[in-house]
Amino acid sequence: MSSAIVAEGVSKSFGEVEALKHLELDIPDGSFFVLLGPSGAGKTTTLRVIAGLEKPDTGRVLLNGIDATGANPAERDLAMVFQSYALYPKQTAAQNITSPLRARKLSKADIDTQLKRVAELLHIEELLNRYPAQMSGGQMQRIALGRALVRDPRAFLMDEPLTNLDLKLRVEMRTELTRIHRSLGRTFLYVTNDQVEAMSMADQVAVLRQGTVQQVGKPTEIYDRPANRWVASFVGSPRMNLLQCTANGKIEGEGWSLPNPGFGVQGDHKALFGVRSEDLSLDVRDEAVSLAGKVYAVEPLGDRTLVDVEIGGQRVIIKAPPTASYTIGEQVRAAVDMERVHLFDAESEQAIARR
Amino acid sequence: MATHIQPEGLADKGIAGETVDPPVRRERKFGSGVEILLLTIFMVVMLFPVIWMLETALKETKDIYAVPAKVFSFSPTLDHFQNVFSSDSPVFKGFVNSVIVAGFSTLIATVLGVPAAWAYSRFTLKAKKDQLFFILSTRFMPPVVVVIPVFLMFRDLSLLDTRLGLVLVYAAFNLPFTIWMMKGFIDEVPAEYEEAAMLDGFSRFEAFWRVTMPLLIPGIAATAVFALIFSWNEFVFSIFLITDPDTRTAPSAIAGLIGGTTIDWGLVAASAMTFAVPVLVFAFLVRKHLVAGVTLGAVRR
Repeated sequence: MSSAIVAEGVSKSFGEVEALKHLELDIPDGSFFVLLGPSGAGKTTTLRVIAGLEKPDTGRVLLNGIDATGANPAERDLAMVFQSYALYPKQTAAQNITSPLRARKLSKADIDTQLKRVAELLHIEELLNRYPAQMSGGQMQRIALGRALVRDPRAFLMDEPLTNLDLKLRVEMRTELTRIHRSLGRTFLYVTNDQVEAMSMADQVAVLRQGTVQQVGKPTEIYDRPANRWVASFVGSPRMNLLQCTANGKIEGEGWSLPNPGFGVQGDHKALFGVRSEDLSLDVRDEAVSLAGKVYAVEPLGDRTLVDVEIGGQRVIIKAPPTASYTIGEQVRAAVDMERVHLFDAESEQAIARR
Repeated sequence: MATHIQPEGLADKGIAGETVDPPVRRERKFGSGVEILLLTIFMVVMLFPVIWMLETALKETKDIYAVPAKVFSFSPTLDHFQNVFSSDSPVFKGFVNSVIVAGFSTLIATVLGVPAAWAYSRFTLKAKKDQLFFILSTRFMPPVVVVIPVFLMFRDLSLLDTRLGLVLVYAAFNLPFTIWMMKGFIDEVPAEYEEAAMLDGFSRFEAFWRVTMPLLIPGIAATAVFALIFSWNEFVFSIFLITDPDTRTAPSAIAGLIGGTTIDWGLVAASAMTFAVPVLVFAFLVRKHLVAGVTLGAVRR
């Protein structure tokens, strides 16, 4: 697959703050590519550099293989949806949506056809004569999306477009965006700090932290094989349990010991043992692959119950069925799914591969 | 005492003209009588010259000199106002010149100042703060300080006794003010509007013109009125740079009425009233923006 957008060693500083540090990105043509990271990770800056709104200090931006680093935004043929929507206050919804077409000096008839198509696609026919001030957040979000979808750009850039919506609308729009992406077959570059959005919509996810890419991959890869300790604890809710340990033939921590399922370590290796809460179970069949501890807290959440268990002075969270009932202080054993555990080097924090 | 407290976060409430809930005033029983008395005295003191001027303009010449002064019992006449606009009036030309000079100098200051303010608001420039401070500092000195150098320059450039000369001086004096005030207004408009327009396919200038400009109209109007009032009222440059009755502006023309052996006070008062009216009308039209312009535009940084 060819690349729609490539960022090569892009750095960008704002005064003292280094927003991007030699960022490398390769976004395949036609993919739904999500930039995921906490606030301040440089996601929006990445998007703005690609859009041409910021000039990178070093590095290049390639669009369809052509160097576009110096091109101005209008020449790049990209459509962007802003987090704030940035609808023009003095223009009606219809004028907002057709703005890109008027910039290209299309005929009145063509503009009307396109407007009609977008209005139907987004179900906004009745909003077209309203001004932004007369619309709700969800409606403005649709208009902003309409302004991007009205033309056929090289790629769509979206900067946390769903952040300002309420939960119900956000879930609806997630499905809608995925559907639109499928039907258009265009490249979507989507920025979010919401891992659920990343997981549910993305073909590919790049996890950003402090201006560098931590890991790129399919959502399942990011979740199942985090490249380092930071990604492991950033992706997934509740956070991955991490226990200090020493790994060699066995993985041993304070007061617990498990067989090494095949991690490539030599000698006594200081490491962090990672296991997600759903890969732990209080239903123990084989005591050899389990951890002993005592219940610290119980959080019933309706669809599941989170059980906090203290193991050798450290706490782990276990996802238990909603029917589970434990009392605080109770001695329990937690079975570990050894197929789905992780090991991170204590110093470099990088994942240690299995042999 | 009466203290007017600015509502919290007023400055963040957006662009000029947006309504802001008035601050809640607590009922005060004690002291309100004293307050009204003081305010009344204050008002009389402030309005007396204006009322006296208006009366003088409306009185017949013999009543003007009457002792004791006739405050209420005089028969009003519009003769003096007729004289102001008559063909052989010494001040009428001054009014025409004032309109020309104030109009063009405001136009120049606005046309140059708005794009400059936009650039200072949107772009990262070298030593931007220093540049802005330098621009502001040109307003620190009183005009009298530079009147001699300007006079000498104008003499060499044959700009003395020309309206063009005054237009240039006033435009130069209004430009820093326009830049500062407009920068305040432009800072209030999110840059994202323009960025969105650029991604739509417009050039940077088109984006500014189509998206930001319509939002700035109230701000520009307020700024222009300030500039207009300055140019309209300006006296020092006018009196120093222009001696020709054909090209001098109204303030020096009116001042020129005083000084002969007999002074037609009726004509002076009527001219002064005529001179004050346009400023009052303009200030009234944009009063909302004037307040917003002072509190939001000029002060914020």
